[in-house]
Amino acid sequence: MAKRGDVVIDIEKCKGCEVCISACPHEVLSLSSEVNSKGYHYAVKVNSGCTGCANCAIVCPDAVITVYREK
Amino acid sequence: MSENLVNPENLVYKKTDAMTDRVLHYCPGCGHGTAHRILAEVIDELQIQDQTIGVAPVGCSVLAYYYFNVDMQEAAHGRAPAVATGIKRVFPEKYVFTYQGDGDLAAIGTAETIHACNRGENILVVFINNGIYGMTGGQMAPTTLEGMKSSTSPFGRDVKSMGSPLKITELVAQLPGTYFATRQAVHKPANVRKAKRAIKKAMEYQKHNKGTCFVEIVSNCPSNWKMTPVQSNEWMEENMFPFYPLGDIKVPEK
Repeated sequence: MAKRGDVVIDIEKCKGCEVCISACPHEVLSLSSEVNSKGYHYAVKVNSGCTGCANCAIVCPDAVITVYREK
Repeated sequence: MSENLVNPENLVYKKTDAMTDRVLHYCPGCGHGTAHRILAEVIDELQIQDQTIGVAPVGCSVLAYYYFNVDMQEAAHGRAPAVATGIKRVFPEKYVFTYQGDGDLAAIGTAETIHACNRGENILVVFINNGIYGMTGGQMAPTTLEGMKSSTSPFGRDVKSMGSPLKITELVAQLPGTYFATRQAVHKPANVRKAKRAIKKAMEYQKHNKGTCFVEIVSNCPSNWKMTPVQSNEWMEENMFPFYPLGDIKVPEK
C-alpha cells in the first residue's frame, strides 16, 4: 500500500487557480465553496487518498501547499 | 489518522526560504510564480543565497525583487542583461541571474540580450515566454503566435503585416557566447521538475566561466488569453508547444 501523506494549504494565500487540482493523481483536492479574505475560493483536501507525492505543491504558483508523508 | 502526519519529521515539501513570505501579485495560475519558486529552490539547494544577485525586469515580473530573498537590482526596461553584465564583471565570483518576460527580453531588450549572449557574459538569463504583454493589457508581443488574438491584433496576428513570431532562444543559441540554451515549461509536475533541473545546471555552469546560460520557460497568461488557468495550460500545450518545442537547444560539448 502506498504511503500516506497529508497536505496543509495556506488558504489565505491561495488564489483558487485549480492547477493543483488537475495535477493531483488521486483527486484529493477540490475547490472550497467558501472564499478567503481576498474573495478567492481556495483549494481544500476532500478525501484521505493523499500519498504525499507533492505534485500539487510543485505546480502551485503561489507556493501555498506544504506536503507531509509518513516515513 | 492524517493529523499525526503533520509534523516536521514527515515534511517532504515546503516553500523555500530563498523566497520571501510576500503574497505574489501575479494573477491566479500564472506561471511566473512557479518559475520564481523553482529558481529560488535552486538557489537554496546550491546554498548560494548569500552569493546570488538577481536583476529584475520591467513587465509583470517587475516586482520580482520583493519575492526573491537574495540581493536584487531593478533594471530599466529590457536592460537587465546589460545591468547583469556590470554586476558580474564587478563581482565575478557571484552568481548573477536576470529574470525577464518576452516583452522585456525579446522586444525592447533585444539588443542587450543578443549582445550579452554574444559577449558570452557569464550570467543566467531566465526568459518567461507567454506570447503577450501581460502587465500592460495583453498587447501583441514579438513572440505572439501567428493568428493569436491580442488587444492590438484583435483579428489574430497576421504575419504579412506584423511579422512572424520570434524564436529568440534559437536565435541566441546561434551565438558563440551562449553556452547553454534550453526551453522548458512549468505547467505540469514533470515539466516543473525538468525546468528546475535545467535551471540548476545553468546555475552550476556559472562556476566554470563558460558563457551565457539561457533558460526559456514557456508560460501561460490566463488573464490576457482570457481563459481559466487550467484551460490556458491546455491551450499552451496545443498551440505554443508546436511552435516553441520544449527541450535543450544548445548543450555544452562534452
